[in-house]
Amino acid sequence: MIQFVDVSKKFQRKTVLENINLTVQQGEFVYIVGPSGAGKSTLIQLLYRQLLPSKGIIWVNQFDLTKMKPQGIPYLRRELGIVFQDFKLLPKLTVFENVAYAMEVTEKKPALIRRRVLEVLKEMGLANLRHRFPSELSGGEQQRVAIARAIVNRPSIVIADEPTGNLDPETAAGIINIFEAIHRQGSTVIMATHNHQMVDRRPHRVVEIVAGQIVRDQAKGAYHYAGIRH
Amino acid sequence: MPGYVIKRHVKDSFKSLKRNGWMSFAAVSAVAVTLMLLGIFLALILNVNRLSNQIENDVRVRVLIERGTTAKEKTALKTKLGDMAAVDSVTYSSRNQELKQVVGHYGQAFGLFAGAENPLNDVYVIKAKRPTQTLAVAKAAKQLPHVAAANYGGNQTKQLFQVVGTIRLWASGLMLLLLLVAIFLISNTIRITIMSREAEIGVMRLVGATNAYIRWPFFLEGAWTGLLGALLPIVLIDIGYHWVYQRTAAEFVNFGYTLASPGQFLSLIDGVLLLVGMLIGAAGATISMRRYLKV
Repeated sequence: MIQFVDVSKKFQRKTVLENINLTVQQGEFVYIVGPSGAGKSTLIQLLYRQLLPSKGIIWVNQFDLTKMKPQGIPYLRRELGIVFQDFKLLPKLTVFENVAYAMEVTEKKPALIRRRVLEVLKEMGLANLRHRFPSELSGGEQQRVAIARAIVNRPSIVIADEPTGNLDPETAAGIINIFEAIHRQGSTVIMATHNHQMVDRRPHRVVEIVAGQIVRDQAKGAYHYAGIRH
Repeated sequence: MPGYVIKRHVKDSFKSLKRNGWMSFAAVSAVAVTLMLLGIFLALILNVNRLSNQIENDVRVRVLIERGTTAKEKTALKTKLGDMAAVDSVTYSSRNQELKQVVGHYGQAFGLFAGAENPLNDVYVIKAKRPTQTLAVAKAAKQLPHVAAANYGGNQTKQLFQVVGTIRLWASGLMLLLLLVAIFLISNTIRITIMSREAEIGVMRLVGATNAYIRWPFFLEGAWTGLLGALLPIVLIDIGYHWVYQRTAAEFVNFGYTLASPGQFLSLIDGVLLLVGMLIGAAGATISMRRYLKV
């Protein structure tokens, strides 16, 4: 479960998020939408403790992020799967090694890692690309590797920051299907996105942020509010 | 840490060294050049030090025994000399032996003085425990009965001690300086190669690697870089020193001095280069990446 209580975030004097109150239950699928610079990415970065809030409390599973010591951060991140717009793969590692790395840091046994990584790669349709390096893959393939890495530890929460931002519509559609599948398996999915079609075609809870504040929290929403504002 | 994690770190460090190709090559080369310089100077300075020690140790006090001193008195004198705290050894050299040395050094013409004509004194040759005590020993010996004179080479010896002292001081200073330069150059090179991997370290943190987990392969990679960088200088210096030693050792022996013989001496230098390379490599890598591990 994720809980934001009166969370504000300031950079120097600029307020990026203000009094955010948000609760996400286990197994939900939540889109975070809003214009560029609204604070979506900041919200996402608060979730995996890349940033600390200036005010308020954030709970992610059993972790109180505001009281967490730096040494505790890796253990929080092992319970999360994080997917980025720019994939953030390790360039000197192969597809297999990139996915395995997320398991290796948890000091799992080699045989277990090998079995699980191959399983995930197969699921993602990447098994035949496992010896390639990221630079030898297309954007869509790289993003699939990133997703494979995010889910290899079976995280309870998968966080995605504009996962389709660098992809063409067709590839993006494929990526969305993968997130849907992850959601069906019981993981919570939190996705910041600009992708109208996706949000409209696959309706889930929509949280809209404008100028650092939540202006809409709708159970089965569309990208644009159906009311008067847009 | 479980064994398979250690194995993983070691494997990862080699993999990274290999896949970072040119960067690794650049770092290894920089280490090699620096250690080459360090090794050459080390060999040079240690030998200069050795020679100065030998020259210094060559200084002896020659106690000239008065003519007409009886054998009994001579023995008493020897005991007194030997009892002095600063004296290491006392050796007797009769006037005949002394003359033979003169003849040996300066030629047969001096052979004329053989027998009763011999103008020289019997001599006790004293070696001080430490070269710096030579002057004090000479002064004290002069006060004893039946001593005609106690020579130690006078001002020349004083000057020699000064020169040797200065050389030794400069040599130690230069060594220290070189070591610092080596530390600076090696850790800087490694720092540059790690700077290019800042993003990589960021990603490792994002997927939940602890700082210790991230650090290990970098630490090992730094050590291997130092190790590889030390190999070439070790080989070249070993070959080079043998070459120089074979060509010059005989010359030095003619003057009564010796260069450090290659066997043990080279093991020492090789060890120092290996140690300096690996330690600085590993420490340099760990220190350079520290700031990327801060939250």
